[in-house]
Amino acid sequence: MKILVAVKRVIDYNVKIRVKSDNTGVETANVKMSMNPFDEIGVEEALRIKEAGNASEVVAISLGGAKCQETIRTALAMGADRGIHVETDGVLEPLTLAKLMKAVVEREEPGLVILGKQAIDNDNGQTAQMLAALLGWPQGTFASKIDLQDSEALVTREVDGGLETVALGRPMVVSTDLRLNEPRYASLPNIMKAKKKPIDKYSPEDLSVAVEHRITVLKVEEPAGRQAGVIVESVEELVDKLRNEAKVI
Amino acid sequence: MSVLVYAEHKDGRILGGTLSAVTAAIALDQDVHLLVAGESCTDAADAASRMAGVTRVIQVDDPVYAHPLAEPMADLIVSLASGYDAVLAAHTTVGKNILPRAAALLDLAPIGDIMSVEGPDTFKRPIYAGNAIATVQTSESKKIITVRATAFDGAAPEGGEAPIESAPAAGDPGLSRFVGQELTKSERPELTAASIIISGGRGMQSGDNFHLLDTVADKLGAAVGASRAAVDAGFVPNDYQVGQTGKIVAPELYIAVGISGAIQHLAGMKDSKVIVAINKDEEAPIFQVADYGLVADLFKALPALSEALDKED
Repeated sequence: MKILVAVKRVIDYNVKIRVKSDNTGVETANVKMSMNPFDEIGVEEALRIKEAGNASEVVAISLGGAKCQETIRTALAMGADRGIHVETDGVLEPLTLAKLMKAVVEREEPGLVILGKQAIDNDNGQTAQMLAALLGWPQGTFASKIDLQDSEALVTREVDGGLETVALGRPMVVSTDLRLNEPRYASLPNIMKAKKKPIDKYSPEDLSVAVEHRITVLKVEEPAGRQAGVIVESVEELVDKLRNEAKVI
Repeated sequence: MSVLVYAEHKDGRILGGTLSAVTAAIALDQDVHLLVAGESCTDAADAASRMAGVTRVIQVDDPVYAHPLAEPMADLIVSLASGYDAVLAAHTTVGKNILPRAAALLDLAPIGDIMSVEGPDTFKRPIYAGNAIATVQTSESKKIITVRATAFDGAAPEGGEAPIESAPAAGDPGLSRFVGQELTKSERPELTAASIIISGGRGMQSGDNFHLLDTVADKLGAAVGASRAAVDAGFVPNDYQVGQTGKIVAPELYIAVGISGAIQHLAGMKDSKVIVAINKDEEAPIFQVADYGLVADLFKALPALSEALDKED
């Protein structure tokens, strides 16, 4: 079985983002970029499935501008076998991403597609579900455990209030949640090896998918700030303020 | 035309996130229908019909909907969608699972996690863990939307008299099966429904020490939460987590204990009405958003707080 795992290049999760002064978006020039953390978990899970003898090949796919190649190389350095880059400039909405990925899935025929549950930039969290829908495949979203069986997989999902386990027929789409695993670091020899691994390139035209924009971002603003309040001296003062000033207890 | 809201229900009650989604739906259109799908869900349909602002309840009673599996539920929404200008659900793990799937089947671009309705096609939603707010406009004639529950007051559960109409099931695509669930058992209110929350962070040092929070929580009728750092350290399960990668909450009172105030945690609680921070590090960023800060060792402050709450004011 082949596993296709999606990786997105995003602003590093440790960076405090800044909204552009013209309110058109978030400042990305000279900002550290990294692989979306949920996608790192996806790559790790694909590699563990392969290392357990349940997959033959791990293919990392990224969609976007030329620099997505760096993110694919990171996945290759972690241990993925080869990469696919669907190169296109500009913003890709989840529906378009799902259509492009569907076209790649039809060429590659993986038995499992893994995506992060959301990318930490736009926080849409929709692409995995939309890809599964377009393929007519089941979806195991927010996965904290994947247990591959003969004809199906048991996927444990992080849901409000606890965990839920579903049995999904194969092939399937899975989206990762935080506790699925702890991703490995790429070793230096593997980083060197990754430079020689192949990356196939496609354009949206190659895949016969139109890049559409159905949602327009009118403006991006800073959230309303909160003012720091007062420092109280004692627990008694705190309880007094909560009772008599804020009146919340 | 009208708006369809997908209802989450449990034990014959309509859940809070759905009440908020109804409020968002009313901002789009006065004709709001509630879809109650489940197995033996008549009590939930009755509860839905009594909700203020709901004009019709669509009840779909079938064993395939006993659990909200995305595959059959998305097919059901698709089967009903032609009569509506918009389909809404709460931005919960259920809504987030089902609605994007339904949207793709309808070839529609969905909008997730809206915080406000700015116009018939324009919405605000948080991006970058709530560190920026985007105003987005859709060109879709039919809108598929998930709603941030904390950003909308819930519709009143009583006051309406909507007719209940039943609709046929849309079949089982046979892709998925419910196996089981492990829900965290608690006598306390659920995080997303609680009016008071007390959360612990890495400063709690161990899971055992969370009993200090439990004692205070019991006296306040509060829910207990945690920061991602406390969850990652294994102190408490993941469903305690408040933050962008956990639950988004906005209670009347949020008490952060031993929590430094990482951006990702703030994104999950900064809309709380009153925030209290207890931390021994006076430089902790949590104090910048707190209405009341107490610089203290939590192992002394929590027992003292518990004792002070016992005293009459």
